[in-house]
Amino acid sequence: MSTSVRWVPELVSKEKASSLPPRSDRKDADEYVISAQNLSKTYGDVTAVDDISFNVPAGEAFGLLGPNGAGKSTTMKMIGGVSQRTSGQLTIMGLDPDQHGPEVRAHLGVVPQQDNLDEELRVRDNLLVYGRYFGLPMSYLRPKADELLEFAQLTDKAKSKVDALSGGMKRRLTIARSLINEPRILLLDEPTTGLDPQARHILWDRLFRLKEQGVTLILTTHYMDEAEQLCDRLIVVDKGKIMAEGSPASLIREYSTREVLELRFGSERNTTIGAELEGIGERIETLPDRVLIYAEDGEAALEQVSARGLHPLTSLVRRSSLEDVFLRLTGRSLVD
Amino acid sequence: MEQVLRVMKGYSWTIVMYGVGQPVAYLFAMGVGLATLVDANSTSAFGGVSYLVFIAPALLVSASVMTAANEFTFPVMDGFKWRRVFYGPHASPLTPSQIASGHAMAITLRFVVQSALYFVVVAIFGASPSGWGWVSVLVATLAGLSFGLPLMAYSASIKEDKGQFAMVMRFIVMPLFLFSGTFFPLDTLPLVVRWVGWISPIWHGTELGRVFSYGYEEPPLLTIFHVVFLVTLAIVGWILTKRQFEKRMAS
Repeated sequence: MSTSVRWVPELVSKEKASSLPPRSDRKDADEYVISAQNLSKTYGDVTAVDDISFNVPAGEAFGLLGPNGAGKSTTMKMIGGVSQRTSGQLTIMGLDPDQHGPEVRAHLGVVPQQDNLDEELRVRDNLLVYGRYFGLPMSYLRPKADELLEFAQLTDKAKSKVDALSGGMKRRLTIARSLINEPRILLLDEPTTGLDPQARHILWDRLFRLKEQGVTLILTTHYMDEAEQLCDRLIVVDKGKIMAEGSPASLIREYSTREVLELRFGSERNTTIGAELEGIGERIETLPDRVLIYAEDGEAALEQVSARGLHPLTSLVRRSSLEDVFLRLTGRSLVD
Repeated sequence: MEQVLRVMKGYSWTIVMYGVGQPVAYLFAMGVGLATLVDANSTSAFGGVSYLVFIAPALLVSASVMTAANEFTFPVMDGFKWRRVFYGPHASPLTPSQIASGHAMAITLRFVVQSALYFVVVAIFGASPSGWGWVSVLVATLAGLSFGLPLMAYSASIKEDKGQFAMVMRFIVMPLFLFSGTFFPLDTLPLVVRWVGWISPIWHGTELGRVFSYGYEEPPLLTIFHVVFLVTLAIVGWILTKRQFEKRMAS
């Protein structure tokens, strides 16, 4: 895919960036639309976000990948200027969201995890009323609403009540609504959770178009395919900490092998077979339902398995994914 | 600009508001129907005015408080928890206190419209002899806020719906409605329950409404006290609401 070509220069710049100490002088804040240094958030005794630092340049699609409860949404709320941080530095386009909440929010588009559309209003009215929250005049909003309905492929639903829309349509309307103020940064919290595959692909296509227009996308997801599809660069978060940072391709290269051999021996044997597979591939990961053998050449690894007289019920050779990266980093699956 | 914003937010809420005419039907049933029986007896207990005149300002204020009990409870819960409609504007430049004031202003508008319609009907029936009768529209609005804003603060603090609002209706609103001198003068009640009226925004609002609608006589200091009582409740309620919204939305 053409996106993999784009990731290569990203990798170079990432390595260059990581060799420099983190700086927090004014120049940095200007270069990046979002800059977080040692950002933390605690709720009582619970530390939701634990000392994380990252920078996002303009126009990038930046992802936060992690399981539920990793602190992704909390980070998004702090970026969105609706949740105050406990400690650390955070600037959005050079402004501190805790000090300048309304100014920061004026430049953001937010797609929350749960849709919070006004269900009692019609589709188009949702856009108009939302635009009024930004103090935008009706003369701007009327044509803008029609343009966004077109973009979200909801033109023929303009006069429907929101209740009547499908989950995918509601999600697209929420995204259309978030664009009413022509934001420079779009925050998407799990944009496709709960949608069927077709609806997800339509949404991804729309997000790609926004990226082409130069909108900075920040998205959280626990779907690795989504992260691989959409993100130029991402951080893997778990328990409030950053486990790794880089482009999807570089993370896979760094933390996993090229291919993965998945074997199923049945639930009884999966856990005990590990010892018999010892030595095949670079690394073996034993999960309750399957055994993963990490190898440069999956087919060759499978032949070695057969040569030892082991006959799995099923076998599958695939490319490494971010799921494998996450497993390697945390010892746990991304989606339980 | 912010002001316009809030007002517009108000309009968006009024779109979903309906049933303004319903309280008027209430007046017909109680004020006209029941009144024929009561007036047949004697009007002396009601300061020499007909039962309809006596009861009209009370129903006006009670209707406002009833509306407050509805609009400042479930819709607030809805905004925070169920459909999370407060979180939409929260992502915009609006602040939590502006969102709270948008909600409160929309309902205030509803109080005014509802009370004005009510008053028109009352006036048509000749149940507001004084030229100052229209002031009772403002009194009803104030009474609605003095009860509604503290209730809004309470609603904003609720995280789980365990039937608290049904309790509010049953054990706060209904007793206030019944023991606030609505259907009969408060001093006909024994002292053990008369205190309910003294702390009731309905009673303070009703007495104030009677002063304006038919020149009900009471010490001027008491009239001033009614106003101070209602305004104080509303202001305290607003401060608590604002604090609660800011606390809940910043977490």
